[in-house]
Amino acid sequence: MEAAIKTIFPFAVIGVAILLAFQGVLMIVAYTVLAERKVLGWIQGRIGPNRVGPWGVMQPFADLLKFIFKEDIVPDKSTKFVYYLAPIVALTCALLPMVVYPFGPAITSVDWSFLPYGLGDGIRRLPMTIAQIDVGVLFILGVTSVGVYGIALAGWSSNNKYSLMGGLRASAQLISYELAMGASVIGVVILAGTLDLNGIITAQMSSPFRWFIIPQFIGFVVFLIAAFAETNRVPFDLPEAETELVAGFHTEYSALKFALFFMAEYVNMFTVSVLGTVLFLGGWYIPGLSHIFEVGTIPYALFSHIGFLLKIFAFLFLYIWVRGTMPRFRFDQLMNFGWKFLLPVALVNVIFTILIVYFLNR
Amino acid sequence: MASALFFLFAGLAIASAISLVYHRNPLYSAISLIGVFIALSCIYVTLAAPFIAAVQILIYAGAIMVLVVFVIMLLNLDDDKPINRLQYLYGIGGGLGLILLVQTFFIFYAVSNKPNQYIKTDETVGNTLSIGSSMYTQYLLPVEMVGILLLMAVVGAVILARRLNQPQIELLVDNELERRGDEEGKEDYRIKY
Repeated sequence: MEAAIKTIFPFAVIGVAILLAFQGVLMIVAYTVLAERKVLGWIQGRIGPNRVGPWGVMQPFADLLKFIFKEDIVPDKSTKFVYYLAPIVALTCALLPMVVYPFGPAITSVDWSFLPYGLGDGIRRLPMTIAQIDVGVLFILGVTSVGVYGIALAGWSSNNKYSLMGGLRASAQLISYELAMGASVIGVVILAGTLDLNGIITAQMSSPFRWFIIPQFIGFVVFLIAAFAETNRVPFDLPEAETELVAGFHTEYSALKFALFFMAEYVNMFTVSVLGTVLFLGGWYIPGLSHIFEVGTIPYALFSHIGFLLKIFAFLFLYIWVRGTMPRFRFDQLMNFGWKFLLPVALVNVIFTILIVYFLNR
Repeated sequence: MASALFFLFAGLAIASAISLVYHRNPLYSAISLIGVFIALSCIYVTLAAPFIAAVQILIYAGAIMVLVVFVIMLLNLDDDKPINRLQYLYGIGGGLGLILLVQTFFIFYAVSNKPNQYIKTDETVGNTLSIGSSMYTQYLLPVEMVGILLLMAVVGAVILARRLNQPQIELLVDNELERRGDEEGKEDYRIKY
């Protein structure tokens, strides 16, 4: 019995951590949708949703209920297996990077030996990351790039011209802008000397002037533009350009399947915001917090976590703001911009970063 | 635990590979190939080589297969029909498969004769730092050679895919006809292009 508990315990801890992170991320995503509708309303001189609950705060749940109870229409001539697979792939790949998010600093002040059966013996460090892997940046970039299959296959299997056009646009766009995004990340990785997300945050600690947004400002701008394109947001939302393609790749999707795509888009926004926060804005590091609370205590971790979330919300607000103010690109403009401007700028930035680091360290 | 995970992912890889060969629809085959790549990268993770696993997903599943799927979707190919004319290919394929099987047994034999070596996770070959340092010191020449090979492929692709404007086409045609010594054909070619 004791041995069994000891074997199961680590898995149980990880399972609880995954559940917490899953719940938290999905709640934030749900309220991002509400925030988007509210802020867009204000930008356009409207009030926004305010009927469900006080100030409209229950709107996400009303939306979800509506998605669940709508009729699920499957096109007769669609390729069934791929049609059902596509939304699953999209949402899975959007949620997977969650396991490497650095939610906060590790808690080291608690002695876990009070747990029964000697479960906590020798454990002093409770990291606020589910899986601490060496190559967190590559993992996030790789998994999110697999997410494009969700969109491409949805467009192909719907047996609809608009969907196919949307799917093709999405895959072309994602291949193009992934290169610029990867190249803009390389500068940060060179400066930090690691691919580990917590390591990159540690490299930016000690003062806000060490945040990589200052030495890597060009990289940050390239990352931001590529991030908008990667998540199919305005001004790069051509895969679902409603004036030309009805609803793009998800034209034929209804009810909960559409909701999965919808959620995948917003979770991808969250992922890109986390990546931008960690790479350029110091992640969970708040200047001066280590003078107020001792490093490794629970309040320190808690306030760092809140700071991390605030930085992410700033990113998400930027997304909504841009959506309210920018028009949409034309597709050839999008391709020319990606290949002829963004990628060369990112590569020049990488070369200059390498040269500067080399001459400074000589 | 580790071996259970290995058999799980190896089974997934083999099942995906069989479905890759079995399906007549090219898009299903492409999806199966993505499955093979993902299962392989899971095996790399269990072998304590996270960098190789991430790169496997990033490059093969994330970039190359997107292009393959893109092309299949653009061409909108029909199902592949079995061609009976090429039956001698079965023999060649079977022969190659046999060679592969013999190689596999040879590798098993070689591995089972070696003494057990346990991997230390902080200094394995899959570590990002050790991969980087060995690539740019010990194996610098092969890396540079592969780089030049890839550059050649890129330049070749650009030359094949570029679209010439009208004066460039005329110049090409003129030069070609000049070389052949054919003066009369020039006007015909001009009209044609």
